[in-house]
Amino acid sequence: MRYLIPLVLFLVLVVFLAIGLTRNPDELPSALLDKPAPTFRLPQLKDPAKTFSADDMRGKVWVMNVWASWCVACRDEHQYLGGYAKSGAVPIYGLNYKDTSENALAWLDELGDPYVLSAVDSDGRVGMDYGVYGAPETYLIDKSGTIRLKHVGPITPDVWNKEFLPLVQQLNRQ
Amino acid sequence: MIYMTRLRLLALLLLCLLSSAASAQVTIPDEPSDDPAVEERLARLSHELRCLQCKNQTLADSPSSIAADLRREIRTQIKAGKSDEEIIAFLRQRYGDFILFRPRVRPTTYLLWFGPFVLLAGGLFVLFRYVRQRRDAIAEQPLTAEERRRAEEMLRS
Repeated sequence: MRYLIPLVLFLVLVVFLAIGLTRNPDELPSALLDKPAPTFRLPQLKDPAKTFSADDMRGKVWVMNVWASWCVACRDEHQYLGGYAKSGAVPIYGLNYKDTSENALAWLDELGDPYVLSAVDSDGRVGMDYGVYGAPETYLIDKSGTIRLKHVGPITPDVWNKEFLPLVQQLNRQ
Repeated sequence: MIYMTRLRLLALLLLCLLSSAASAQVTIPDEPSDDPAVEERLARLSHELRCLQCKNQTLADSPSSIAADLRREIRTQIKAGKSDEEIIAFLRQRYGDFILFRPRVRPTTYLLWFGPFVLLAGGLFVLFRYVRQRRDAIAEQPLTAEERRRAEEMLRS
């Protein structure tokens, strides 16, 4: 009896710490979840004369992937993106974040281009509207232009299959 | 010794890699305003705000590129005549409450704000109860006549 209270306190602490270990401290709760995707109009990377706007995507479920050639984790993620794009589950658009167009184009030449197109956000101002704080970040946007999912960090096949695909299927049915 | 130098070499290599990666990033240099009032407000605001990248640093202290962008944005908004509340609302809308170093008092942060006081009150309650119990447990017991006689004997000898 004498040791019961410390034991219970200890076990409670263990449970809390164990839950803490399963969480990724780099992943912050997104303030924009279930909010309308901020609107923008930016030049396209491969054809700067043309622009791309989030409004062009109304009525479609789509994915916006924030990437940059200087971003090490993006390179890590890139190997998977081609496969996701090829599967045709959902169109993937790029937001080239705080990058130079020469570096970005060279990167796509070297590693392949999984994007339908990439929009150029050279000063990161659109990224700021989306609450980007570290590339890669990926948004899933529904037909009404609402952000339904945000993932910070590389989209591993696990994240893609467990978080993105089920939601894409559900949103496409709506 | 060899191990040590290897480790150092590795650290150096990493540092080079990181710095080269960072240098490729588009960074727009900080351009302080000529108006000291603007800079003063920026400094005050950015000490209250968290850098999203480094988390333990304020926007004022952080050398990261996102912090520089946010400082620039705040400066622009100050010049545009926005109030502190409007600027903080702008940032909260994008980055959430996480950007505030001083969390708002709201149901989700009650535990954070009041938890320590609840713990303190609990501790005091336990302490008082313990002290009272002990006082009862070691209540003075008067000596019997026989004990008193023996004690006096001992003192005399």
